[in-house]
Amino acid sequence: MNVLLILIPVSIILGGLGLCGFLWTLRSGQYDDAEGSAARLLLDDDDALPDLTQDPKS
Amino acid sequence: MTHVAACPACAVAPLAQETARNARPPDAVLSIPSLHCAACIGKVERALSALPGVDSARVNLSLKRVSVHGADVSDDSIIKVLKGAGYDAYPLDLTLLEAGQDPVGRGLLIRLAIAGFAMMNVMLFSVAVWSGASDATRDLFHLISALISLPAVLFCGQPFFANAWSALRVGALNMDVPISLAILLAAGMSLFEVLNGGAHAYFDAALSLTFFLLIGRYLDHRSRSSARSAAKELAALEVQTAQRIDAGHATKVAVSALRVGDRLVIPTGVRVPVDGTLNSPSALSDRSFLTGESSAQTLTKGDPVQAGEINQGAPFEMTATAVGEDTTLRRVANLVEMAENSRNSYTNLADRAARIYAPAVHLLALLAFVVWVWISGDIRFALNIAVAVLIITCPCALGLAVPAVATAAIARLYGMGFLVKSGTALERLAEIDVAVFDKTGTLTLSSSTGKITSLSDQQAGVARRLAQSSDHPVSRGLLAVLPPVQPAALTEINEIPGFGMEARLKGQAVRMGRGSWLGAGFDGLGLKIGDDPAIPLPLTDIPRPGVQTALEGLRNMGIAPQILSGDSEKPVQDLAAQIGIKDIQFNVSATQKHAYLTGMQQAGHRVLMVGDGLNDTASLAAAHASVAPASALDASRSAADIVLLRETLAEFPLLLKIARATTQLSRQNFAIAAGYNAIAVPVALLGYASPLIAAIAMSVSSLTVLANAMRIRIIR
Repeated sequence: MNVLLILIPVSIILGGLGLCGFLWTLRSGQYDDAEGSAARLLLDDDDALPDLTQDPKS
Repeated sequence: MTHVAACPACAVAPLAQETARNARPPDAVLSIPSLHCAACIGKVERALSALPGVDSARVNLSLKRVSVHGADVSDDSIIKVLKGAGYDAYPLDLTLLEAGQDPVGRGLLIRLAIAGFAMMNVMLFSVAVWSGASDATRDLFHLISALISLPAVLFCGQPFFANAWSALRVGALNMDVPISLAILLAAGMSLFEVLNGGAHAYFDAALSLTFFLLIGRYLDHRSRSSARSAAKELAALEVQTAQRIDAGHATKVAVSALRVGDRLVIPTGVRVPVDGTLNSPSALSDRSFLTGESSAQTLTKGDPVQAGEINQGAPFEMTATAVGEDTTLRRVANLVEMAENSRNSYTNLADRAARIYAPAVHLLALLAFVVWVWISGDIRFALNIAVAVLIITCPCALGLAVPAVATAAIARLYGMGFLVKSGTALERLAEIDVAVFDKTGTLTLSSSTGKITSLSDQQAGVARRLAQSSDHPVSRGLLAVLPPVQPAALTEINEIPGFGMEARLKGQAVRMGRGSWLGAGFDGLGLKIGDDPAIPLPLTDIPRPGVQTALEGLRNMGIAPQILSGDSEKPVQDLAAQIGIKDIQFNVSATQKHAYLTGMQQAGHRVLMVGDGLNDTASLAAAHASVAPASALDASRSAADIVLLRETLAEFPLLLKIARATTQLSRQNFAIAAGYNAIAVPVALLGYASPLIAAIAMSVSSLTVLANAMRIRIIR
C-alpha cells in the first residue's frame, strides 16, 4: 500500500494544477465574452502569420 | 495587427503594448444592438481602428458593446463611422456602467471551482471506502478527505453562512439556514467520526451540497445581474448627453461634464439629467418616476426640477444646482433597485416555500434524533440519522430549480432579440389573455417612401423646427422626408401628447398634428400656419415586418389582439383591415388609454401592452406585462418590462410560449424535488441512508432539475 503515499499526493497535485489553471483563465477575463470568442475564430484577418514569400534571412 | 513577426520575441513586444493599453478603462463604450456574428466583429473593429485617434477597439459580442481606447475620439465621430459601416450605435454613460467586472459573480465562480475540485477528490476517496477499504486504509482516506474538505467547506460555504446568519440575527428562517446547518453538521459530524475511527463520513455530501447550491446561486446571480445591467444599460442610454447653453447656442455635452450653474435646454419627452431650477416661464413635467404621481405637473419659473423627471411639455430651460452623485435620482436609485429585487415574486415564491420548508426540515431532523435516542440510546447513531435527514431534505433543488429555468429562458430570449428587464416579467407575461397594441411606431414603422416636395421653404422650415422638438416616431419619420431647409425660429413650442405640436411664429399660431385637431378636411398629418388652410403632410404607415405572423400566433394561443391608437379613424382602419384586427379604437388620448387598460384589468383580464410613444407610457407601466420596441421613446422603454431589440415582430408568439413554459417548468421542478424527498426522507428516517445513498439522492435530484430547466432551449 506504500504506492498510495505517492499516488495520492500526485493525484491531488494534478487536480490542483487544473484548479489553478481555471482560476487563471477566470482572472484573465476569458469568460467575459464567451459568444464573441467563439465567433472570433471565424475571423481570418485577426492574427499575423509569418510571410512565407519573403526570405527570413533578408 | 498587421505586424509581421518572424521570431516570437518580435511578436511579443506589440502584444505587450496592446495588453498595457487594454489595462486602462476604455475611453468610450457604445451599445450596438444589431451585432450578431463574427463578420460584425470584424467590420466594426476594422472600421473603428481606421478612425484617426483610435488606439484600439474591442467588441464584446455577449454584451453587444464596443469599447474604444483613444483619448481624443468623440462619440459622434464613432457613431458616424459605425453608421457608415451599417450599424446603429448608442453611446453609454461610463459613470453609470460598472467600470470593472462584477466581483460577486467572480467570487461565486472561484468558490464553485474550489468546491468542484474538492468534491471530485473527496468523491474518489469515498468510492474507495465504499468499495471496501477498511481499517488503516479507510482511516487514512477519511483523514485526507477531512484535510481537503474542511477548508473547502468553510471557504466555499461563506455565501450561505452569511445569508443564514443575517436571517438568524433578526430571528427569521430562510432557505440558507437549513443549508448551512446541513453543510456544517455533516462536516462536523464526519470530523468527529474520523477522529474516532468511525465507518461513515459525509464529507462528499457536504461538498457536493455546497457545489450544487453554488451553481444555483451563481445562475441566480447571473440572471439578476443581467436584468440589472440591462436596466442599467437603458439608464446609461437615456441620459448621456445634455444640451447646454453656451453663449446663446445649445451645444451637446456629456452629462458627466455638467457643472453646477450650467444652463440647459430639455427637449420634449427627455429625462432631466441633473437637479436644478426652472428658467422658462412654465413647464409640464412627469415626476411619476420619483413620486408615483401619474399625472404630469405644471411648474412655473423658479420651481425645482429633479433629475429623472420627464419633460412632457414644450422644451424648457433650467439651471443646474446639483450634478452627478448629488442628484436626487442617484440617491433614489438604490431604493429603486431594492424595489425591483423585491418585485421578483418568483424568488418570493421560493422564499415562501422555504418559510414553510425550513422549520419543517428542522423539526423532522430533531424528531428523528429524539426518537432514535429513545429507541437505541445511542446518541452518535441518532445524530448520524439526523444529519442524513438534513442532507437529503436540503433544499438543493429548490435553490437550483427556479434560477436555472429563469436564466435559461432569459438567455434564450436575449438571443431572439428580447431584452427582459424585470425578473417577474416572464411569469406575468405567461398569464396574459389580451394583447393591446399601439399603432404608430409599434405595429407600423413610420417612414415615408418619398420626399415631401410640395412645401414652400417657410412651411418646410416650420415643420422641421416642430419635428425637431419632439421625440414622437412620426416627427422622426417626418424629419427624414422634409427638404433640408433652415428650421424656422419658433417660440412657445408645446407638444400635446396624442394630438401634435403647437408653437408661435412671429405672433401667428402654428400647429402640426392630426388633421381633425387642425380643423382640416383630412385625417392624416397636417401643418397649419396662422389662418391659412391646413396643408397635408403625406406620411404613409408601413406595417412592421412580421406583424401577420405575430397576430396569427397570438390568436392561436387564445389571445385577442386589439389596436388602441391615438391616431384618427382612417389610418387605423386601413391598417386594421390590412393586418386583420377587428377590435380597434381610434382617437384615444393618453389618459383614455390608461383608463381603458385599468378598466380591463379590473374586469379580470390580464393585459399585455405593446407601445412606444409618450401617450403609451402610463399604459405600459399599468399593464400586467408590457413590451416596447427599441425605437421607442426612452420614457416608454424604461416603463416596459421587455424591450424588443429587433425590427420584426415575428418572434412575438414564441416569446409568449417561452414565458408560459418558464412558469410551467419551474412548477415541474418543484414537483420533482418534492418527489425525491418523498422517497428519500423515509429511508433516512429509518436509518438506512448511508453516505452513499445521501450522495446519490442529492446529485440525481439536482441534475434532474437542471436537465429539466434546459428544456426551455428547445421550446418551439
